[in-house]
Amino acid sequence: MAEVLAPEKKEGLFSKNNKKLLTDPLDDNNPITVQVLGICSALAVTTLVFPSIVITIAVVFVCAFSNLLTSLLRKSIPSQVRMIVQLVIVATLVTVVELSLKAINFDVYKQLTVFIGLIITNCIVMGRLEAFAMANTPWKSFLDGVGNGLGYGLILIVVSVVRELFGKGSLLAGTPLEMKMIGATSEYWINTTADGWQSFMFGWYQNNNLMVLPAAAMFLIGIYIWIQRSRNTKLVDIS
Amino acid sequence: MELVNVFLKAAFIENLILSYFLGMCSFLAVSKTVKTAFGLGLAVIFVLGITMPINWLIYTFLLSEGGLIGMDLTFLRLILFIAVIASMVQLVEMVIEKVSPALYNSLGIFLPLITVNCAILGGSLFMVSREYNFSESVAFGLGGGFGWFLAIVALAAIREKIRYSKVPAPLRGLGMAFILTGLMGMAFLSLLGIDPAAF
Repeated sequence: MAEVLAPEKKEGLFSKNNKKLLTDPLDDNNPITVQVLGICSALAVTTLVFPSIVITIAVVFVCAFSNLLTSLLRKSIPSQVRMIVQLVIVATLVTVVELSLKAINFDVYKQLTVFIGLIITNCIVMGRLEAFAMANTPWKSFLDGVGNGLGYGLILIVVSVVRELFGKGSLLAGTPLEMKMIGATSEYWINTTADGWQSFMFGWYQNNNLMVLPAAAMFLIGIYIWIQRSRNTKLVDIS
Repeated sequence: MELVNVFLKAAFIENLILSYFLGMCSFLAVSKTVKTAFGLGLAVIFVLGITMPINWLIYTFLLSEGGLIGMDLTFLRLILFIAVIASMVQLVEMVIEKVSPALYNSLGIFLPLITVNCAILGGSLFMVSREYNFSESVAFGLGGGFGWFLAIVALAAIREKIRYSKVPAPLRGLGMAFILTGLMGMAFLSLLGIDPAAF
């Protein structure tokens, strides 16, 4: 009987199709701007750049490994209870991330504890499980998870740079690389001393409080979609 | 009267979508036509209205310190709440698949994604942090669901109308939905701080 089925053609680990899985979510099939997944967290986290970077790393990890595990188990999950099984996988991975972050860098953990927990309800993770991992082989699902995590991170970082720069007048606040447009203390290279002629350069910025509201993130993502679709016309909504 | 207050507050003043921006993904993706928006809105009202009292019972009688187990197990609340929500959504999915296959197909992946709709988990967490009692939690669940329903139907109606306007082609559809939601959210800021008991 086994001979009847022709063996599937072997694909290389990084064949053309597999590379596409990794690069598609960055633009053509971006989770936020095309698939409309994971927007709540994009609104909540993006007031500052640094938390966005940490969340991106966490989401890439959770997304990749939950896709891998679900894909390995996909034939033995009964469809009536599949959501509960998927959520258990995701919740386990999020707990792993939370505990390892606690061990690696406790300060960052304290800052982000709520947001890390909320990765469980990030629709990107479960959306990709439902749409991709339940129907594809483990290696492909893994690549799809990494790609979607990165595509999500791209939007997060673009939005958070604009929001932090205009809303708080700083960049990467809370890290050693912090830069500020408001002249305050003098530890970092860009805001050396706030007196003398430099105060003219750095003391001028008035924070724009609109950028701190979640509505600003909606506008920014809307504008991002506008730019993306005018460059990439096949995404334009014809209906 | 107290219950009416909780209901109105949850539906209008502290609207889950427009003032907390929770449950955005399905809100933006499913609001293309009023008909599907209506269906998803009803499903969310149902899920919120059912999970809220169940989660209240679980929280008060199993997890909190004065409950039946007698230990403080509140750190388990995320997992238990999610499990309740997932099983309710699975139930709704099976019902919709049987009753209305057309609606089932048009909702697509966003039906199972009600599970991870932040509005629903967020609702349960608000219920805990605001210390509602049983009947208040029922009113809060129904009110929150009703507010979500109204918001998605409103956005869908605007999007159906705006199809006849001259929107720049790349902004059509999703881009416009984002900007509209931002504007609606800013308009809702003006309702914050109104006390329904004053009327």
